Amino acid sequence: MKPRLWFFAAVLLSAIGLIVAPQLIVAAPREATMGLVQKIFYYHVPSAWVCVLAAFVCAGGSAAYLFTGSEAGDRVAAAAGELTVLFGLCVLVTGPLWARKAWGTWWQWDVRLTTTLLMWMIFVAYLFARKYGGPGAKKLAAGLALFGAADVPLIYLSVSIWRTIHPKTTVVKTLDPAMQGPFWTAFATFTVLFFVLLELRLSLERARSRLDALHLAAEDQLDE
Amino acid sequence: MTLVRQAALLLWKDVVVELRAKELVYATVFFAAIVILVFAFAFLGGERPSVDVSAGVLWVAMALAGTLGIGRAFEREREGDTMRALLLSPMPRAAIYLSKLVAISLLMLLVEAVSATLLSLLFGVSLTEHLLPLCALLGLGTFGFAAVAALFGASLGRARSRDVLLPLLTYPIVVPILIAGTRGSVALLVGQPEGLATAIWWLKFLVVFDAIFITLGLWVFDPIMRGDS
Repeated sequence: MKPRLWFFAAVLLSAIGLIVAPQLIVAAPREATMGLVQKIFYYHVPSAWVCVLAAFVCAGGSAAYLFTGSEAGDRVAAAAGELTVLFGLCVLVTGPLWARKAWGTWWQWDVRLTTTLLMWMIFVAYLFARKYGGPGAKKLAAGLALFGAADVPLIYLSVSIWRTIHPKTTVVKTLDPAMQGPFWTAFATFTVLFFVLLELRLSLERARSRLDALHLAAEDQLDE
Repeated sequence: MTLVRQAALLLWKDVVVELRAKELVYATVFFAAIVILVFAFAFLGGERPSVDVSAGVLWVAMALAGTLGIGRAFEREREGDTMRALLLSPMPRAAIYLSKLVAISLLMLLVEAVSATLLSLLFGVSLTEHLLPLCALLGLGTFGFAAVAALFGASLGRARSRDVLLPLLTYPIVVPILIAGTRGSVALLVGQPEGLATAIWWLKFLVVFDAIFITLGLWVFDPIMRGDS
């Protein structure tokens, strides 16, 4: 199993991005009302995007595993599920930090915040189910991922009727041109980083399943 | 035999088992009553609590008692190894899922009837004014809750930490039900003229939720119950 060329390219790209992006962000103009704290935005929004991307990858992998029995689908789902929780944590930590300064409160029961929190909890539950679910846990967790993916629009709808103060996504389009560069650099870096981490985690899972197969083969030989 | 008839047969089996044992009904009804009492001790001090609190107590009691009942119901299946027997029988998996879904809903509706009465006595809310829409909210909410919990309860049968995992997996998914249920109930109990329209909006929301999750449940119950390949 040779590491592929695209993987090295992606590692290189994300490394460059992680060096360049902070410098661009420092150089970007200060936002008039929020000042320094606005710079959280450059990490917060890409993390949120990657979190949602990872959740969809996890649901896709789970569907493939559940309906076709594809082991590769299960490995993708497991890796993406962990990354959803990781990037979701970044979102949920950076969000309140920003909110404290901008809204004067750590937490608001706003639709995006609540939906993100609940989606994050569903995927934490996904990891719990995989780890402690006992026999059949992989199928159960895959079902949970599908339920979670179907649930997110409903959570969004119900909370948005319930209450709403988060800035709309249109904020990106109205961004000052000088802020666009750093933002999209950070955005691209996080996306590439996601695929690097996904591949790293997948190679670990692949090695594990190969080891299992070898174990079984060795036991068979000993039996004979 | 049609699917509905098969599901009805399986449901009848569950009802008969419960009528003989009566364990689940007594335990969950009593538990729901205790939950409402705990809330009463926590919230009933000087003034009467707001309608928001009363409606919330009803739905929280429903969720807590529901998970307790579902956990115990599948524990009983596991002790007798009857779930395996059901899965080996020529019944389609969809019928098994539907029968569990309805059996759990029936149990929960009974519990809710008792806890709603208790709530109106202790918290002084009048339930009779909009009884029909309130019943519809509770019924649809219960059905959606059971659609999620029946699937996880059945598939957690073999897990060691199933008691912990069942609420952990179910609650985040059923949050829209709790929001819809409490908001709808509050709109009804406050007694404003636009309250009924709000409640009907939430009723429609619950219909959509139930349709999505029952479809999804029927769809994934079979592959999940096959276990890991």
